[in-house]
Amino acid sequence: MSVNTTTTDARQAAASTTATGPAGAVKAVSLPEPAAASGNAKIMRTAGIALLIMGLTAPFMAGNFLIFQLTMMLIYGIAILGLNILTGINGQFSLGHGAFYAVGAYTAAIMMDQFGVGYLWTLPVAGIICFIVGFLFGLPALRLEGIYLALATFALAVVTPQLFKLSPFEHWTSGVMGIVISKPEAPLGLPLNPDQWLYFLTLAIGLVAYVCARNLVGSRTGRALMAIRDNPIAAGSMGVNTALFKSLAFGVSALYTGVAGALGAIVVQYISPDSFTFTLSVALVVGLVVGGVGWLPGALFGGAFIMFVPNIAEELSKGLSGAVYGAIMILMMYAIPTGLGGLLKAALTALSKRSKTG
Amino acid sequence: MELLAQQLITGIATGGIYACMALAVVMIYQAIHHLNFAQGEMAMFSTFIAWQMLAWGVPYWLVIPLTVALSFVGGVAIERLVIRPLGDAPVLSHIVVFIGLFAIINSLAGFIWDFTIKPFPSAFGEGSRFGGLISNHQLGMIAVTMTVLLMLFLFFRYTRVGLAMRAAAENPASARLVGIRVGWMIALGWGMAAAIGAIAGILIAPIVFLEPNMMLSILLYGFAGAVLGGLTSPIGAVFGGFMVGIIENLAGTYIPEIGGELKLPIALFLIVTVLVFKPTGLFGRTVVQRV
Repeated sequence: MSVNTTTTDARQAAASTTATGPAGAVKAVSLPEPAAASGNAKIMRTAGIALLIMGLTAPFMAGNFLIFQLTMMLIYGIAILGLNILTGINGQFSLGHGAFYAVGAYTAAIMMDQFGVGYLWTLPVAGIICFIVGFLFGLPALRLEGIYLALATFALAVVTPQLFKLSPFEHWTSGVMGIVISKPEAPLGLPLNPDQWLYFLTLAIGLVAYVCARNLVGSRTGRALMAIRDNPIAAGSMGVNTALFKSLAFGVSALYTGVAGALGAIVVQYISPDSFTFTLSVALVVGLVVGGVGWLPGALFGGAFIMFVPNIAEELSKGLSGAVYGAIMILMMYAIPTGLGGLLKAALTALSKRSKTG
Repeated sequence: MELLAQQLITGIATGGIYACMALAVVMIYQAIHHLNFAQGEMAMFSTFIAWQMLAWGVPYWLVIPLTVALSFVGGVAIERLVIRPLGDAPVLSHIVVFIGLFAIINSLAGFIWDFTIKPFPSAFGEGSRFGGLISNHQLGMIAVTMTVLLMLFLFFRYTRVGLAMRAAAENPASARLVGIRVGWMIALGWGMAAAIGAIAGILIAPIVFLEPNMMLSILLYGFAGAVLGGLTSPIGAVFGGFMVGIIENLAGTYIPEIGGELKLPIALFLIVTVLVFKPTGLFGRTVVQRV
């Protein structure tokens, strides 16, 4: 239900109060009238189906490079979805998710390169390993809150490439040389070229990931996660095991990002420690905020933003592409501080209010 | 023994830089309760300005005050033009804006001065003192950072503006009621943080060489220092910065597994360990929350 995805954290609610006027408007966001909710749900469903049709037909109309870019967009979307579960649903910051992406990518690459495992089998293994790593990182993170957690994870992001360059692991990671992976062909004689096949594989995994995330958010566990985000003390006193659920959120979030990393390694066909600098972690956070914190479909738009906007910036100015990208980011934050999700929510609220009064 | 003394001095010298960065981070954190992830890039840009002036033949003793003044103006301008319009947007939106600033400054520096590594001359010349125990530059680094820190302490302790800045950070609402212009105090804090960063950049540039990405690891060590001392305590941040410098050098020398390549992960390890055992840092204030 849209009820689950429209709950915001208190800060955002406060921000949208100032944006939409009277305090009553916020109440309408978090608890929409049944009629308005079904109307909004219909709009959302139509939009979703339209997007899906576009997604299914796109690879037959686009060139191979665009298909590759679309695949990467979906992969970033999956990673941002994982980050959204941690930050948007559970309220824990992470500026270091690139580390989990890297762990997933290295798991896939090492399994294929050293042990000759089929690429499909590397995905669940990468997910499981990242779940464990994320869960373990989540344990010390339990003691950290807000900006401190952001700091610790930022440090993790900066350190990640150095960790993968360490000489003790060089036997597996090949150090700075990196690992080259061969591109898988479409199975069962499907009439698809490798790029198209990888695109559809990513799309399918992305859809499954999205449905799982939605169900997770709608479940008892999801409510526990949101309760912790909104008021950890109240959640604890109502019997939610705060420590366990916070670590679990870290684990699940890392699992998503790890699977995305494994897919990314297979699609790009090459990984090295310098593919996972802190800019990757930072990009994921930017995607999350632009898409809308706490709004799951926002992950797709966030993925599109971090995939395509740097290219647009590059086209606007070759030498100053970073500055243009940074300026776009800052302007986005002025225009829509709560991301696309916040904008959409405000628009839908205004729409349902008009249909009720008119 | 001589090795130990040498490493301690090197640690104190680089620790002074980390202390400056930590102090700059804490000053902005106290004013707006956000971590400035672009702090290092601001310092890097200031250092490039100094380099450019040196290249134009401006004498060193003039370059430093000019750079500091320009950085101060730049810091105030960034606060006024970029941070202020954001108001109280969510924390993550602030982080994205800082990331945007980071990208803009980094890209601008690369565009103007390109990404090649440039040597940066030391203000204190080559050579060393006390039979090679300490180089002139290290001695200068320690002297300058100590002077800066002492001046800041006196400023905050004994001047009206310093008192007003502390009041604005401590309790903005009451400060406004007694007639302090809180907005300008915050802008002043940004300017001073930028100026401190400029000094740190000029001092560290002869060691790490000048290039647009030079400050990233320095900033991380600065963060580690700030966390070690506590984000709410300027004195703690300075102490933390020196500690990080010393720990980094001693660990790099005496634990062979660490060597050069693991120096940066030490910062991560320090941050996480301190936060796990003492989340408010060694000197930080515990924030009591009402249920």
